[in-house]
Amino acid sequence: MVGIVGYGSYLPRYRIKVENIAKEWGSDPEVIKRGLQLFEKTVPGLDEDTITISVEAARNALKRAGINPQDIGAVYIGSESHPYAVKPSATILIDALGIGPHVHVASYEFACKAGTEAMYVAYSLVKAGEMKYAMGIGADTSQGAPGDALEYSASAGGAAFIMGSENVVAEILFTNSYTSDTPDFWRREHEFYPRHAARFTGEPAYFKHLVSAGKALLEKSKMKPSDFKYCVFHMPNGKFPQMAAKQLGFAKEQMEVGWIVPWMGNTYSGSSPTGLAAILDVASPGDLIFMVSFGSGAGSDGFVYRVTDKIKDVQNKAPKLRDQLDKDKIYLDYGQYAKYRGKIILNE
Amino acid sequence: MISPKYHREIPQRYRLEAGKCKACSNISFPPRLVCPECGKNEFETVRLNGEGKLLTYTIIRVASDKFFGKTPFAVGIVELKDGVKLTTQIADVDFDKIKIGIKVKLVFRKIQDEGKSGLHCYGYKAVLV
Ligand SMILES: [Zn+2]
Repeated sequence: MVGIVGYGSYLPRYRIKVENIAKEWGSDPEVIKRGLQLFEKTVPGLDEDTITISVEAARNALKRAGINPQDIGAVYIGSESHPYAVKPSATILIDALGIGPHVHVASYEFACKAGTEAMYVAYSLVKAGEMKYAMGIGADTSQGAPGDALEYSASAGGAAFIMGSENVVAEILFTNSYTSDTPDFWRREHEFYPRHAARFTGEPAYFKHLVSAGKALLEKSKMKPSDFKYCVFHMPNGKFPQMAAKQLGFAKEQMEVGWIVPWMGNTYSGSSPTGLAAILDVASPGDLIFMVSFGSGAGSDGFVYRVTDKIKDVQNKAPKLRDQLDKDKIYLDYGQYAKYRGKIILNE
Repeated sequence: MISPKYHREIPQRYRLEAGKCKACSNISFPPRLVCPECGKNEFETVRLNGEGKLLTYTIIRVASDKFFGKTPFAVGIVELKDGVKLTTQIADVDFDKIKIGIKVKLVFRKIQDEGKSGLHCYGYKAVLV
């Protein structure tokens, strides 16, 4: 049995409300709240980035796994906001956690699905018998251009998953990926903000890839939507995952627990992984979980998990996602937010 | 250019590695070459528990140029469960909640950047729990 032996999530405490962003650009917040199903989003502190978020999420995963960090043979971090263009984020993480130096690390990039890529490769290495444990992390501190629709959603957070074959808390039963050259969203080297093809990001990109990967995964697993207790999809806004769930035949109740986007925003590479963490926080032995990510460019990774009887032993060993989402928030106004996100031009 | 010093201090800054004197068990953080208690020089490397309490603090409202845009922020002395005391910034501060004796834990944060194109330097800061 190969699967998740420990998982952990981390969200910054800072938030900005949709009203504060809308006011700055002369937009009607009610239209955005209704249309995108977004109310507020997380903002990283001035001293937080993809590396610090990954470290805190990974520490929580280690607490739940209760393993010797030295037994971890690989660490992969998926993000579109790695602090360095050249120098893998995980080089810093392994030294912070006491993993390695006999360890394989890499940074993954695939817009919003880099986190599930990291999870897929970590899982595959353990399954192949190459190593005892491997860690896959999805984390981001993404930026939408000021005034752009993405500014309402681009947020910060992440989740880490340690894969192994002993004391598994959620077995991975099936996986499936779907990829094509679909230029819906991109960022050129040295550019600060991404560009996107507006409405082109929906039907031919998000829905085509996510639903195709999901349908193939259902066929591969010979399961039907009603077999699953929970489902979680990439959450670029509140509305898209609801529509995708409907297209795949899942009900609202199956999605609710992992549907954290209205109050968190889109944590990009951390989006469906943090949703999965929220589900694992409350799941019971035997529950089946259906997950499909999406990354622009474009592609989707799908996973079918079965929760084991070990889950109850680990749920309370580290902070839960919903607690981090609901408690101890620090609200910023737009001016503070612009400063925190480096959007103000300063003298050198 | 502080890179060599930064690299040398990674074990203490990232993992709270301290030196426990093999003769008298006194813990030195940061690690030292000679034990300040007994004068011996053999140490065992131990990792400190990141939980503790705030012994004292101050709010910095006017800082040096290096901290431009970061003020106001809090700096305090934290006593960890192992008895070690260290000076650190207190992150995500609620100025109305911070007080002497409050429980804190150390978290992994960015401490500073070496200019626009240099290294990001990471280490520990305290947060209220
Ligand atoms: Zn001594």
